[in-house]
Amino acid sequence: MRSNLGFFSDEKFRSIFFQTLVVGLFALGLLFVISTTSYNLEKRNIATGWSFLQNPAGFDISFSPFLEFKSTDTHLKVYFVGVLNTLLVSVTGCIAATILGFILGIIRLSSNWLLSRLVYVYVEFSRNVPLLLQIILWYSILIQLPRVKQSLQVLDVFYISNRGLYSPRPIFESGFSYVSIAIVLALISSFLINRWAKKRQDKTGQQFPVFSSTIGLIFIVPLILFFILGSPLSFEHPELKGFNFKGGLVIRPEFIAMFLALSIYTAAFISEIVRAGIMSVSKGQREASAAIGLKQTWIMRLIIIPQALRVIVPPLTSQYLNLTKNSSLGIAVGYADLVHGFGGISLNQTGQAIECMAIVMATYLSISLTISFFMNIYNRSIQFKEK
Amino acid sequence: MNEMNEVRKPPVATTGIIGWLRINLFFNWTNSLITLFVIYCLYHFIPWILDWTIFSADFKYNFLGEQITNQEMCSRNLDPENGGACWAVIYVRFYQFIYGFYPKVEVWRVNVAYVMLALALLPLLYANLPYRKYFLYFTYIFPVIAYFLLNGGFGFAEVSTNKWGGLLVTLVLGCTGIALAFPIGIMLALGRRSKLPVISMMCTLFIEFIRGVPLITLLFFGMVMLPLFLPEGIDMDGLVRVLVAVTLFQSAYMAEVIRGGLQAIPPGQYEAAKSLGMSYWRMNLLIILPQAIRISIPPIVNTSIGLFKDTTLVIIVGILDLLGIGRGTLADTNWLGLSYEIYFFVSLVFFIFTFGMSRYSLYLEKKLKTGINMGAD
Repeated sequence: MRSNLGFFSDEKFRSIFFQTLVVGLFALGLLFVISTTSYNLEKRNIATGWSFLQNPAGFDISFSPFLEFKSTDTHLKVYFVGVLNTLLVSVTGCIAATILGFILGIIRLSSNWLLSRLVYVYVEFSRNVPLLLQIILWYSILIQLPRVKQSLQVLDVFYISNRGLYSPRPIFESGFSYVSIAIVLALISSFLINRWAKKRQDKTGQQFPVFSSTIGLIFIVPLILFFILGSPLSFEHPELKGFNFKGGLVIRPEFIAMFLALSIYTAAFISEIVRAGIMSVSKGQREASAAIGLKQTWIMRLIIIPQALRVIVPPLTSQYLNLTKNSSLGIAVGYADLVHGFGGISLNQTGQAIECMAIVMATYLSISLTISFFMNIYNRSIQFKEK
Repeated sequence: MNEMNEVRKPPVATTGIIGWLRINLFFNWTNSLITLFVIYCLYHFIPWILDWTIFSADFKYNFLGEQITNQEMCSRNLDPENGGACWAVIYVRFYQFIYGFYPKVEVWRVNVAYVMLALALLPLLYANLPYRKYFLYFTYIFPVIAYFLLNGGFGFAEVSTNKWGGLLVTLVLGCTGIALAFPIGIMLALGRRSKLPVISMMCTLFIEFIRGVPLITLLFFGMVMLPLFLPEGIDMDGLVRVLVAVTLFQSAYMAEVIRGGLQAIPPGQYEAAKSLGMSYWRMNLLIILPQAIRISIPPIVNTSIGLFKDTTLVIIVGILDLLGIGRGTLADTNWLGLSYEIYFFVSLVFFIFTFGMSRYSLYLEKKLKTGINMGAD
């Protein structure tokens, strides 16, 4: 028996044999799927190809803050509106979840028993209830707000009703571009100053007032320029006309529900990550920094957080990825993101499921890969540098 | 000598109730302020929530003593001033929440399946269960029994899956997804670590692709595209299509978790197994996987919790799980406007399952830490 299989026990042969077998089977399966699919498509009279992207969509999108969208626009534009809406809720959600998560994570470690228990209850509740349920719950709360006519007024300029949050829309006049250029320049220069100051401190030990100079550059200089140019910014206030508000900036309840649910849900996970990260810094570090007389806030900022970040960043990255993918649940409340707009309505109208789903999946993959790429760069920059 | 007898204050208590309060709640004045503020908030919030959920709530009868059959009869709709939650909606629709539209005559089959599920889980949860071996045999054949019991066959009348719903669908999706994803995940994890470049590449691509896209796109894939891929005549059941998507999704995550466990196994274990002349499969089945799976049980439970919560997504493709039944009830004019009650109930059911699972994972983590030493050196 064994001698007959002699060549089979040769590792090299076996490796090539199995891999060819797998590739062959895979190719056969693929061939089968392609042939049945093309047969099915032909039989059901479903068109193939990408020309549908140029066809008019024929439906309206209620929430498109960046691009004007009319029902005569193409499916391609539906796609871009969807991508922008997905990115909008993901980016704002990530920022809010990070801030909330860090605050809660630190509170969870507070010496105040009651406070830390309270955060614990919050974390357990929002982690253990499905996100979709939370999104739907927030949405059902928001649409039970008063009608437009009885809308709640905050500070005389914001109106909250079941149609969303209406706020004044800023109108940028011609001179404003100088102010925005000044802000960008201030950001770049404060970044450079920060680096230079750090290098100088490493070399000479002299400190530079980085914080106040950054604040001055970013806020005060553009503000002075703004007034010199004669305040080139005005606001268009929303006005109640008939059954709805006209003008102003409107934030739809779909977006608010998505934003609240995503950030509150993810913040619970992030707070646990932050807690684990801070706890991973050994007690001796805190004691040593207290022994050399650092203030409590400095201990946190200079000693604990930088070391905790090494533990925090990798799981934080996967939370950002989760949040971005979870933003696809907007379809449940009608938030016009990539899945709802392009993968839902466009798909149903054109019937070109394969093309639409391929585009949607490819887009999510590239968003995920981009986030991982940048977070990996950041992660490498905060790891221990062996000298 | 007199000075020596001067009375000194006793040291501040650090033990007992007073000491505990002092250290944990009133350590310094900011801490005390925070504590008082939190107590003030709780003082207002807790009575209000207890009143709404229990004391002024309707469970079966409203305050007039009538049995509630629609939302207009809820106390809070009769008299907005008093009256809290109207739990009668859960009472009236309880059957649908638990069984969906399963025929009433056949519902004992679902009950038997629920009990059998609990029995099948026992040996997985308790390693020290007496006669665990025999329980495990039952666990292995349980899926087959459950399939025939719920779906029909062997003398049972057939109940098509579009009549299933509520907790039944949630549990079927969760349990089947986790159970099927486990072996597939192991194969994918082994494949990704394989020395054969083609296999390793294919497994890596599959895992990263699935992990890079949202579950909802996979559900659409199962619902819209899968029928196009299959030859004519093969008509897949809606629940099965969703199950395929859920299983693919879960197996990619399971693979990554198990790969983490595999990476923690010291190379000495591989070398020792090989030096005994074990083949690849024998080495993995007898030496590597038992150790790798044991250390990855806590993260396996965690991804399983994630999947259990994610099963709610199936309502988007039209399958009525617990949340779907809740939304369906809300769309009924008889129960319009009772969203808080319904969402509260659904959340509570999910919370009980997922919180239970997370406690179990913590218990395991503790047991693994103090129990068997992995011999990492």
